[in-house]
Amino acid sequence: MDWQYLAELFLGGLTRGSIYALIAIGYTMVYGIIELINFAHGEIYMLGAFTGLIVASVLGILGFPPAQILILAALAAIIYCAGYGYTMEKIAYKPLRGAGRLSPLISAIGMSLFLQNYIILAQTSDFLPFPSLIPEFAFLDPVAHIFGSSNFVIVLTSSVSMAALTVFIKYTKMGKAMRATAQNRKMAMLLGVNADKIISITFLLGSSLAALGGVLIASHVGMVNFAVGFLAGIKAFTAAVLGGIGSIPGAMLGGLFLGLSESFATGYISSDYEDVFAFTLLVVFLIFRPSGIMGKAKVEKV
Amino acid sequence: MHAVLDVTAVSMNFGGLRALSEVDLQVHSGEIVALIGPNGAGKTTFFNCITSIYTPTEGQVWFTPQKGERTRINGMKPNLVTTLGMARTFQNIRLFKNMSVLENVMIARHCRTKAGIIGALFRPAAVPREEQEIVEQSYALLKYIGLHTYMNEQASSLPYGAQRRLEIARALATEPSLLLLDEPAAGMNPQETEALKHLVLKIRDEMDMAILLIEHDMSMVMSLAERIYVMEYGCLIAQGTPAEVSSDTRVIKAYLGEDAHA
Amino acid sequence: MHALKKSLLISLWFMFLTFPIMVIRVNTIEHTVIWRWNNLILIGIGSFVLSLIWPWALRRREASRAKDSTAQAQVHILDRLAANKNILRTVIVALLALFLAIPLLGTTYQTNILISFLLYVILGLGLNIIVGVAGLLFLGHAAFYAIGAYSYALLSQYFGLGFWLALPLGGLIAALAGLALAFPVLRLRGDYLAIVTLGFGEIVRLVLENWSSLTGGPSGVSNIPRPGLMGMQLDVAQANIYVYYIVLVMAMITIVAVARVKDSRIGRALQALREDEIACQAMGIDRVGVKLMAFSLGTAWAGFAGVIFAAKTTFINPASFTFFESAIILSIVVLGGMGSNLGVILGAAFLVLLPEYMRAFSEYRMILFATAMVLMMVFRPQGLIPARGRIYHVDDPDAHSSNGGQA
Repeated sequence: MDWQYLAELFLGGLTRGSIYALIAIGYTMVYGIIELINFAHGEIYMLGAFTGLIVASVLGILGFPPAQILILAALAAIIYCAGYGYTMEKIAYKPLRGAGRLSPLISAIGMSLFLQNYIILAQTSDFLPFPSLIPEFAFLDPVAHIFGSSNFVIVLTSSVSMAALTVFIKYTKMGKAMRATAQNRKMAMLLGVNADKIISITFLLGSSLAALGGVLIASHVGMVNFAVGFLAGIKAFTAAVLGGIGSIPGAMLGGLFLGLSESFATGYISSDYEDVFAFTLLVVFLIFRPSGIMGKAKVEKV
Repeated sequence: MHAVLDVTAVSMNFGGLRALSEVDLQVHSGEIVALIGPNGAGKTTFFNCITSIYTPTEGQVWFTPQKGERTRINGMKPNLVTTLGMARTFQNIRLFKNMSVLENVMIARHCRTKAGIIGALFRPAAVPREEQEIVEQSYALLKYIGLHTYMNEQASSLPYGAQRRLEIARALATEPSLLLLDEPAAGMNPQETEALKHLVLKIRDEMDMAILLIEHDMSMVMSLAERIYVMEYGCLIAQGTPAEVSSDTRVIKAYLGEDAHA
Repeated sequence: MHALKKSLLISLWFMFLTFPIMVIRVNTIEHTVIWRWNNLILIGIGSFVLSLIWPWALRRREASRAKDSTAQAQVHILDRLAANKNILRTVIVALLALFLAIPLLGTTYQTNILISFLLYVILGLGLNIIVGVAGLLFLGHAAFYAIGAYSYALLSQYFGLGFWLALPLGGLIAALAGLALAFPVLRLRGDYLAIVTLGFGEIVRLVLENWSSLTGGPSGVSNIPRPGLMGMQLDVAQANIYVYYIVLVMAMITIVAVARVKDSRIGRALQALREDEIACQAMGIDRVGVKLMAFSLGTAWAGFAGVIFAAKTTFINPASFTFFESAIILSIVVLGGMGSNLGVILGAAFLVLLPEYMRAFSEYRMILFATAMVLMMVFRPQGLIPARGRIYHVDDPDAHSSNGGQA
C-alpha cells in the first residue's frame, strides 16, 4: 500500500468535499424551508467566482498585496451573491409560492439558464484565468506536495464558516425561527415568525456560502467560466441528497462523503468517469434511499 | 347473504405507532354498514388497509365480489382490488381536478375497458365503439347522480357537495360490489346531507351493492346503517344495530367523555 | 409617488447588484480594465421601468385568477375556429401546401432551419406526453435524442444498416432505454424524478464521451450516410430536401399519433396519473404500467428524431446532447403550454424560427428563453396555448342543456 498516495487522495477529497459541503448547505436550507430544489444555486457559486475574479483583477491592477486582495474579493463575492440570491428569490420564486412544485422548479431552471447567459453576454463565454491569491505558508512546506496552502485555506475557511452557521442556527433567535419554519411553516407564522423574512435570510446565507466556495475553488483551480456552476451545483446537490436533503449537518457530511469517494474512485479506479461517478451516486441514492444516509422515510398521508 | 368483505384481526403499525389493533369486520351483500369513532380513531387507516393503499401489518382481508371467488386481498395492488370490485371515495376529495366532470367518470371505466396503445394509434373499429360506450355509460351515471348538466365543466369548479357526489359517481363507474364512502357528508349542508342519504339508499337498492361508510353525522348514520362498528384508538369498542350501539356505555363515554366531536 | 420612490430604490439596487458584472470588464492578460458605464445607465432605466410594471402585472394575474374561478370559462377564439370544420380544414391544407412548397422555393439555408424546427416539434411532442400529459417532470430528453442518433450512427458504421431500417430501430431502442430508466424511478415523483432524469441524461452523455473505442469519444461519429432514395445518387442540396420531406412526414405522423394517444383510454389514464396518483390507482389504473407507457411513448419520438438528426448532419458528437438541449426542449413544452399539442408546435416555432429569422437577436436567444421561462411560470404557467379539455356531446332527449349548464 502506497501511504503517501492514499494521504494525497484523502486530502484532495477533503478539499473537494469542503467545497461541495459549502454549496450543498444552500440547497439543503432552501429545500428545508420551501421544498424547492433551487436549480440556480450552482450559478450563484459561479457568479461568486466571477465577482471575485473581477474585483481581484481590479485590485491587482491597483497594486494591492495578494492576501488583502483575496479577503476583499471574497467579501465582495459574498455581498454580491447574497444580493443575487435575495433578488432571485423575490423575482422567480416568491410569486410562485403555493403554485405546486413543478412551476417553481421550471422557474429555477429558467433562472439558472438566465444567469449563465447573463455572464456570457456581460463578460465572456471563454475560460478566464483566476489569479492565485492564496499565499504559500511556510509551515506547510514539508507536506506542500500533497496538501498545499490553498487546500489548507479551503478546508480551514469552510470549516470555520460551517461552524459559524451551526452556531447561528442552533443558538440565535433567528436560527430558531428558521428551524421552526422548516418544521412547519404555517405553525411558525401563527407564532409570529415572519416567513418571508426567514426565506430571504435562507437565500442570503446559502448564497454567501456558495460565493465563498466559488472564490476559494476558483483560486485553487485557477480557471473559471460561465458553465462551472452547473456541474458544481449538481455535485453539491448530490451531497445534499446523500446527507438527507433538508438537514444541514447532513449536507456537510454528504459533501465530505462525496468529495472523498470521488477522490478515491478517480485515484484507484479511473479518472475518465469522474463525473459519471457522482451522477451515479445521485441517481442510486434518490432511487433507493431518497432520505439520505441517515434519514428516515416519510409516509404519505391519504 | 354472504360476507362481501370479511376482515379478521387486521393490525397496522407505523413504526412504533399502532394505528389499528386486531380489527374484525364483516359486510354482507346488500347491507349498509357504518364505521364511526372519534377523530384519529383509525377509520381512514382501516379503509386504506382494505383498499390496499397500505398493507396491513397483521391479519387477513377477504373479499368476495358478486360474481367471483373469495379472494385474499391484503397486500394486493390497489388497482387490482378495484378491478375485483371494491371502490371508494376519499375523505379529502381526490378528484382529477383539471379534467372535466365527465372525464372523471370516464377514467373510472378504465378497469372495465380494454383499448391499448395499438388501439389508440390505429383506431380499429372496436376502439371508437368502446369509446362511445364509455361516454354513454359515464353520462348515464352522471345523470343518475344528478350532475349531467355539468359534464363539460372542470371538476374543480363544482361546488363542494357536488364534488363529493362526483366522487361517488366515479366510484360507481368501476362497477363495484362493495362501495366504501369516507365521510361522504362532510362539509354538506342539511339539505345536501338529506339528498345524499336518499342517494345512498337508492344506490344500494337499485345497484344491489354493499356499502361501508365512515361518517360523523350521527343522524345520517343512525337512519342509514343497518349495523354500526365503533372504533376508538385503533380498536373496535362496540358493534351492533344503531339502537344497540347508541345505548352502549363505552360508546357514550368515547364520544361524550373524552371527545365530544359528534 | 410612493411607487416611484420604490422603483427608484429598486433601480438603484439593480445598478449596485449588476455593477461588477455589467460595468467592469477586465482583460486578464493585458491587465487593463474597461468601464462600461453606459450599461449601468441602461440597467438603471430598465429596472426602473420594469419595477413599475411588475406589481401591476402581478395584480392583473391575481385578478384574472379570481375571474377564472368564478366566471364560466369563456369560449376561446381558437375553440370557435376549431369548431368550424371548414375553416380548420382550409388552414391545415394551406399550411401543408406551404410546408410542401418551401424547399422548392426557398434556399438550402431555409430548408435547414425548417428541418430543425420540425425536429424540435417531434422532440417537444414526445416530451409533452411525459411532462404535459402524464405530469412527470423529465429533464433527460436529450439523452434519448442522443440514443436515437447514436443508434443510427453506430449501426450504420459497424453493421452497414441503412436509414430506413435504423429509423424504427432507433425509436425502439430509445423506447427501451426509456423503459430501462422508468423501472427504477417508478416510486419517485416531482422534483426528485426531475433530478434523477437529469442525472441519467448526463450519465448517457458522459458515457458517450468516454467510451471512445465504441463511440469515438468527444469527436463523435462522422460520415453517417444520408438516406438513400431508391438507389439514386443525390447531391447535398437534394439530399437535404429529401430529409426535409422525411422529417415533415414524421412530424405529421407524430402530431396525429400524439393527439390520438392523448384522446384515448390510455391518454386519460396518463392524465389521471398527473392529477392524483392515489385516486388514479383507486380507479383501477395500474400506476406502474401507465408510467412505463408514458416514458416509452415519450422517448420513442426522441429516438426517431435522433435518427433523422444523424442522417441530416452526417456527423454527431456528444456536445449536441447536453443538458442545455433538454432544457430547450422542456422550455418549448412549457412555453407552448403543457399538455397542449398546438402549443408545443407554436412553442417550437417561437424558440427555433423566431431567433433564426431575427438574426439581430440571435446572441440574446438563450437569455430570452430563460427570461421567458421564468416570466411564463410567474404570469402564465399554463403556457401560450393552454391545454383545453375535450368537449363531449351526448344525445340525451331528456336534457335540454346537456353541456355547459349553469355552475
